[in-house]
Amino acid sequence: MTQSSTTPISHNSRVTKEQAPVHSRAERKARNANIRGRFGLVLYVVLLLLPIYWLLNMSFKTNTEILSGLSFFPADFTLENYAKIFSDSTWYMGYVNSIFYVSMNMVISLLVALPAAYAFSRYRFIGDKHMFFWLLSNRMAPPAVFLLPFFQLYSSVGLFDTHIAVALAHCIFTVPLAVWILEGFMSGVPREIDETAYIDGYSFPKFFVRIFIPLIRSGIGVTAFFCFMFSWVELLLARTLTSVEAKPIAAIMTRTVSASGMDWGLLAAAGVLTIIPGMLVIYFVRNHVAKGFALGRV
Amino acid sequence: MQTKVENNKAWFLVMPVFLIVAFSAIIPLMTVVNYSVQDIFDPQTRYFVGTEWFKQVILDSRLHEALLRQFIYSLTILTIEVPLGICVALMMPTKGRGASIALILVAIPLLIPWNVVGTIWQIFGRADIGLFGAFMSYIGVDYNYASNPTDAWLTVVLMDVWHWTPLVALLCYSGLRAIPEVYYQAARIDRASRWAVFRYIQLPKLTNVLIIGVLLRFMDSFMIYTEPFVLTGGGPGSSTTFLSQALVQQAIGQFDLGPAAAFSLVYFLIILLVCWVFYTTIMNMQKDK
Amino acid sequence: MAWMSWTLPTALFFIGIGVILVGMTTWQILSPCVERRGFLPLATTRGDRLFIGLLSSAFIHLAFVALTDVNIAVATVLCAFWMLILMRWG
Repeated sequence: MTQSSTTPISHNSRVTKEQAPVHSRAERKARNANIRGRFGLVLYVVLLLLPIYWLLNMSFKTNTEILSGLSFFPADFTLENYAKIFSDSTWYMGYVNSIFYVSMNMVISLLVALPAAYAFSRYRFIGDKHMFFWLLSNRMAPPAVFLLPFFQLYSSVGLFDTHIAVALAHCIFTVPLAVWILEGFMSGVPREIDETAYIDGYSFPKFFVRIFIPLIRSGIGVTAFFCFMFSWVELLLARTLTSVEAKPIAAIMTRTVSASGMDWGLLAAAGVLTIIPGMLVIYFVRNHVAKGFALGRV
Repeated sequence: MQTKVENNKAWFLVMPVFLIVAFSAIIPLMTVVNYSVQDIFDPQTRYFVGTEWFKQVILDSRLHEALLRQFIYSLTILTIEVPLGICVALMMPTKGRGASIALILVAIPLLIPWNVVGTIWQIFGRADIGLFGAFMSYIGVDYNYASNPTDAWLTVVLMDVWHWTPLVALLCYSGLRAIPEVYYQAARIDRASRWAVFRYIQLPKLTNVLIIGVLLRFMDSFMIYTEPFVLTGGGPGSSTTFLSQALVQQAIGQFDLGPAAAFSLVYFLIILLVCWVFYTTIMNMQKDK
Repeated sequence: MAWMSWTLPTALFFIGIGVILVGMTTWQILSPCVERRGFLPLATTRGDRLFIGLLSSAFIHLAFVALTDVNIAVATVLCAFWMLILMRWG
């Protein structure tokens, strides 16, 4: 075995001559490829996590330590940055605001997308394809395009600087996505189930809530996850539609940083705290999220 | 596809979605169209100018540059992210505890708010406090993303690859998981090479998810705003100013409502065209199946 | 509504689009259309051809505005003919 690793080519040819069982060679090759794959994956994940680790590392340092040089571990471990965030209401309210409008968006998106996705997956109706395309084009349209009138629109209906305004604005891309994903999941459910239920005397609402929704539970979970994800990460609309009451954490970060002249430790701590909700949410849907990433279409 | 029932009452189910999206999409779009043909000083003082803003916007060289930059950028990240994403997906374990852990770890960058992504790379790329910047100067490269356009480009591309390759990887991963084990067994019996397995079994199964991936990545990179805004602010000069950035500068920065609206519409039409091409391709492929 | 800064031409434009959509829907109800293939390289329904026509008309208008000083009405007339050809033979 030690020899084989140094001179693989001659070894291989000798094995063929000796009529060694073919499958063992193939297996070894497969195992080697597997090990190489694992190694590559670990390398990739390490590179992926390195910037995040750096942020985490910085969040436990004092500003003097950050600016005095590089180190992989905080020499002077401090929780001061976090303490500052949790003791100042303008900071922690940012998180509350963000979570509040993201949850609202999630609920609204699911409520309206569920029946629509059912319609798209089960029925043909006038303009269905165009409607679907129109929804999709809204998912793809840059928020910057709509930015200009958004402020006036939400001011004119008296919703400026409220959570519901941001939640509604984010619907423009979460609702199409939710319809798209749910339609994929629903198309995987055989039509016979619907028909049997109707024959058994279920009305549509009763069938939908009692039978159909439990069937696509995992799809709903994944959809909620995606709504969360895209609403949580968005800044441009959330920042434009809020000023004080509903200001998201992302906007608070940008403002405070420029005002206090780069408080790196605090910035890092705030950044780390924005990553945590996402990790919690993905943990809950980890078994279904792979299918969700293909929008339910595998 | 054939089993769908003709039923126009289905419109009642779609109505809520239509109303909620129309509120945030159609009304603003109409307003943008209105703005684009007027010179607006304030709501009372406005003049109809016809197509003047469109002419100005289409002939504006800054926008040509931004558009060109945008296309180069989108194509660059696609050529890096798609192959890399496929490789990562092929390496990910499909079963057991390792699969969940790998999935969660790979997905982390997708869940970070976009401005925090910018912040992370802003810190990471600095030579004085960031690991990447320090590493670059350690190996003797004069690297500074804030003053050198090439370095700024490199950092923005690297950031996007870091941020969005996981999406391609997870899409492909879900495509790979859907391949029945029987296919691999058949390949083993035929003693197919690793490449042959990839080329004739895995890649055909991936086409569908890859189109979705390319669509999402192309569109999202076409509207990229927050990350470069935080990282470089579009600079140095205007070397990393992409379309959304240029638009926001004009709309909010200079408050030129008319030109900004005309710009929005041109931008929107381009998006609509690309989106339609992709959508038609996806739909026709599903029909062929 | 004041903040939307309506003007007569844009109002007419949107009314026109609305009328076309309503008309297309009624037409579809009265005589449902089947997907067919014309000179376009893909099978289309009436609605598809309408969308292709409108989108291409928008680009034709933009090209006219950018490249020539001809009155925009010329482009509009041209697009109307283009739409007719597309709807009939596309």
